[in-house]
Amino acid sequence: MRILVIEDDREQAGWLIKGLHESGHVADHAADGEEGLTLARENVHDVLVVDRMLPRLDGLSVVRTLRAEGMRAPVLILSALSDVDEKVKGLRAGGDDYLAKPYAFSELLARIEGLTRRTSPEPQQTKLEACGLVMDLLARTVTRGGIDIPLQPREFKLLEYLMRNAGHVVTRTMLLENVWDYHFDPQTNVIDVHISRLRSKIDKGFEGEPLLQTVRGAGYSIRAR
Amino acid sequence: MPANLKLLQTSTFRLAATYLAVFAVSVGLVLGYVYWNTGLLLERQLEDTIEAEVQGLAEQYRTRGVGGLIETVERRSAQDSNSVYLLTNIRGARLAGNLQGLPPEATKGKSGWVEFSYAVVTVRGPQQHQARAFHVTLADGARLVVGRDVEERRKLAQIIRRTLFWALGLTLVLGVGGGLWMSRNFLTRVDAMTSTARSIMKGELSRRVALSGSGDELDRLAVSLNDMLDQIERLMGGMREVSSNVAHDLRTPLTRLRARLEGAIRSGNPDEQREALTETLEDADRLLQTFNALLSIARTEAGQAREGLAPMEIAPLIEEMAELYGPSAEEQGGTLTVQTAEGAHLHADRQLLAQALANLIDNALKYGAGPDGKPDITVAAAVDNGHVILSVSDHGPGIAEPDRARVLERFVRLDASRSKPGSGLGLSLVAGIVKLHQGQIALEDNAPGLTVKLILPRQLQGG
Repeated sequence: MRILVIEDDREQAGWLIKGLHESGHVADHAADGEEGLTLARENVHDVLVVDRMLPRLDGLSVVRTLRAEGMRAPVLILSALSDVDEKVKGLRAGGDDYLAKPYAFSELLARIEGLTRRTSPEPQQTKLEACGLVMDLLARTVTRGGIDIPLQPREFKLLEYLMRNAGHVVTRTMLLENVWDYHFDPQTNVIDVHISRLRSKIDKGFEGEPLLQTVRGAGYSIRAR
Repeated sequence: MPANLKLLQTSTFRLAATYLAVFAVSVGLVLGYVYWNTGLLLERQLEDTIEAEVQGLAEQYRTRGVGGLIETVERRSAQDSNSVYLLTNIRGARLAGNLQGLPPEATKGKSGWVEFSYAVVTVRGPQQHQARAFHVTLADGARLVVGRDVEERRKLAQIIRRTLFWALGLTLVLGVGGGLWMSRNFLTRVDAMTSTARSIMKGELSRRVALSGSGDELDRLAVSLNDMLDQIERLMGGMREVSSNVAHDLRTPLTRLRARLEGAIRSGNPDEQREALTETLEDADRLLQTFNALLSIARTEAGQAREGLAPMEIAPLIEEMAELYGPSAEEQGGTLTVQTAEGAHLHADRQLLAQALANLIDNALKYGAGPDGKPDITVAAAVDNGHVILSVSDHGPGIAEPDRARVLERFVRLDASRSKPGSGLGLSLVAGIVKLHQGQIALEDNAPGLTVKLILPRQLQGG
């Protein structure tokens, strides 16, 4: 993936670009809003990561301008302002996701990869599959190796989100936001308990490596293959 | 600024000066009008008398001739020392009267009013007096002058004018002096307030503005200022406590973090180093969480999150929170029960209320386990008199009465050992969120256990 990072703090930008390179992505860097606008207009990037506070032209104006010009690429806004209303402002300006500083790189990476999946046009799916685990979105059933697994509605939603992101890490914050629609910081292991319940249903008693894996320091992931 | 100039610039002095000017001008106008009108009246009376007398004398001249007129004029001249008379023949020679000669003003025209000065002999010697008279030329060319001595009136008018002048002058002097005196009084008290304010700015926070005891507006202002200073001192004290708590509570994890990194550098074993780095990352995440919680508290307390307030129903939120935290309670062998009021609405921020309930349930899970070690938690909503009361109850050891207010402060944790994870910020954030919703938080005995009640108004005051 080719990613444009518009961030004025050299150290943070350098750290971010190095991390993206190591994760197999190509990253370009712009140090202020106007340079960012120029680079973004080349229209070669799959994802934009834009800091809110930028010299010369602030991040929200950059996003607003690009959206007005018809740019389609997903935008992740970074900001030191963590309030919900700040987040709403960012999304209204045309951002697709919002991440408050300081953030963990794993969280950022998970969200960037989540953004491109969200935008890649897929035919209307009725079935999700990962390593023999099959989710029927119409009948609301889950089977593994042909064996029916009964799930509560919330467990179904949780598994659906994990399976849509199969093979990628999703963080606890992403789960709380997307499955429960709460935007606060889960201070405790509340998400872990739900995950362990889900795990006992989809992994317990089945042969082979568990499907639902814990990624230390980052979150969870469903194996894609 | 020189002291005198400062005195002249006080609002009291300006007020006094303005009032004085208006007062002096209006008194001057009123008295001047009375003076002028009285003078006019007296003059008209005088002229009426003289005109009547001239008519009478002219009548005598017609009936008794010059001889009769001479006799009458001589008699009247002798009787009345306050009147002036003169009768001359056609050549201007005196025939009768107490004037020595025709005043030059009386030679012009056939008749008219004249004012002139003439010599009189009094007990104090010869003097010049002012007289007002009417002169008329009779049929045979003889001239008659009849008038009154107006010297007394002139002197009286002069005295009145002088009195008015001095009275106005004295009023101005007393007014300016009084204004200066009042300004100085006022300025002294304001200067005292200013010097108190200066010393407070220099750090003497306990100083207060002195009261004069009169209960006037300056005293009332001083009382308000002192109340404000009390509040500021309290807040500053609270802030100082928070900063020292922050310093203390952050130093411990930072020290641990540093020690771990130092150990990792020394060890040289890549596996150990990896392990240490992972643990350090988790510590750093916890520190960041603490900072984020502090920021959230500061922002809710500053009321910056008001944009998210909207009408919402409480039951779904409670059920969702129970569904989110139920498994955690069951994991510990406990239960999470919900009692909800169907159809209860209020004006609130869903995200913040969820955060508040999450913190309360989280606390109940950590500290609210009964003697058997199992947390039985009840989350309830009730409607009462325009309020929605959210409560989270447990059956743990509860919080002793004296500690209840304290636990709402930042970084206050009652387990001295600090064996359980937590920042001591959860309840502070709950209190901040409740304050943002203009509600109240109450900690009560659940016999046994703790009930935390959030009493939230269904409609917010003042938008």
